[in-house]
Amino acid sequence: MVRLITHNLLACHAKGCTSNNFPLQLKDVQVELRDAEYNADFLRGFISRIEWPALVDAARQLGDTSLPNEPPEMMDDDFLQKLHHVLLEIHIEEGAMICPNCAHVYPISNGIPNMLLAEHEIG
Amino acid sequence: MSRPEFQAPPEIYYGDTEAKKYTNNSRIQQIQADMTYRALELLSLPSDQPALLLDIGCGSGLSGEILDEEGYNWVGVDIAPSMLEVALEREVEGDLFLQDIGQGFGFRPGSFDGAISISVIQWLLNAETSHPTSSPPHRLTRFFTTLHAALRNPSRAIFQFYPTSDDQVQLITSIAQKAGFGGGVVVDYPNSNKARKVFLCLFVGGGGGQQVPKGLEVDAEEDDARVKFEKARERQRKRDKSGKRKSIKDKDWILKKKELYRRRGKEGVPNDSKFTGRKRKATF
Repeated sequence: MVRLITHNLLACHAKGCTSNNFPLQLKDVQVELRDAEYNADFLRGFISRIEWPALVDAARQLGDTSLPNEPPEMMDDDFLQKLHHVLLEIHIEEGAMICPNCAHVYPISNGIPNMLLAEHEIG
Repeated sequence: MSRPEFQAPPEIYYGDTEAKKYTNNSRIQQIQADMTYRALELLSLPSDQPALLLDIGCGSGLSGEILDEEGYNWVGVDIAPSMLEVALEREVEGDLFLQDIGQGFGFRPGSFDGAISISVIQWLLNAETSHPTSSPPHRLTRFFTTLHAALRNPSRAIFQFYPTSDDQVQLITSIAQKAGFGGGVVVDYPNSNKARKVFLCLFVGGGGGQQVPKGLEVDAEEDDARVKFEKARERQRKRDKSGKRKSIKDKDWILKKKELYRRRGKEGVPNDSKFTGRKRKATF
């Protein structure tokens, strides 16, 4: 149940991996679409916290090209609907997330990513 | 029975059977729900803005369900796969992560509007291996520093936990302070063994404007203002005119006991009335 909203917040937390550790690359993913409740206020409040290029890249990787390259000035309802769909309704069920810096693999199974580190990777 | 955190590490203790038992026990459900509501109250988020919360040690989603009901978006982390499986079955709305909180979080700075954690951080106080990264202070430091980074400024994090001693509370608060948090410990119903609950209220930022909330209490008004030598007079009063000792369990005693139970938060204590402690007529 990794949605893109959480993928957009997630960086690698292995020992010594402090730069270039975001966004985690998606690999061999299977997605599932599930309806979620639309809340325009939440999206408006949250948009400042989004790393936009990372979100657009991830969405395109998952086959959703509805988002523009730059966040638009005007937050009309049509745009917020698209954002809502991308952020909250696309669930990654299976696959893996790979750190672009240290290449640590976080496998996702059954919708739950395994973020556990081995002993030597704990910071 | 000894505490669960002394028996095995959490991912082993909360295996398939224990996870099911824990989730289906209506008493545990009730307690967890009460504590979650209280934690949300202490979190005191502005009611008009929707928020993204972090549920640390979300388990089977008992607290997450309440966050769903209250309309929050949330992300849950837990180390026990069996508990997360139950959470999946219960179809909670939040995103779930299999993560050891003692290893720290990887969330980007300023990701969350707040964090809650119900009955979790006492699990961080046991060392599972002799590796230096497995010592409780190291794990707590890693946990609090990465959490502090992941929270917005200003925001709060509320942890309900079961400390075994004051030393533990001291250790946890000092590490949290070193990680940059402000705040302190709030104890609800401190006079009761059963209803007593310890909450750690941590603040990120706020420029000293944030105050540690008060713990809940049941009207604690003690009559400390006693006159000297009251005891001697009391002893006199214990004997009736003929010099025999009066029964101890008189009206005063009953009222005192009832007051004590009320203060401890016990339920179903009968109301006081003019009939309280009165003798029945010897009709027969």
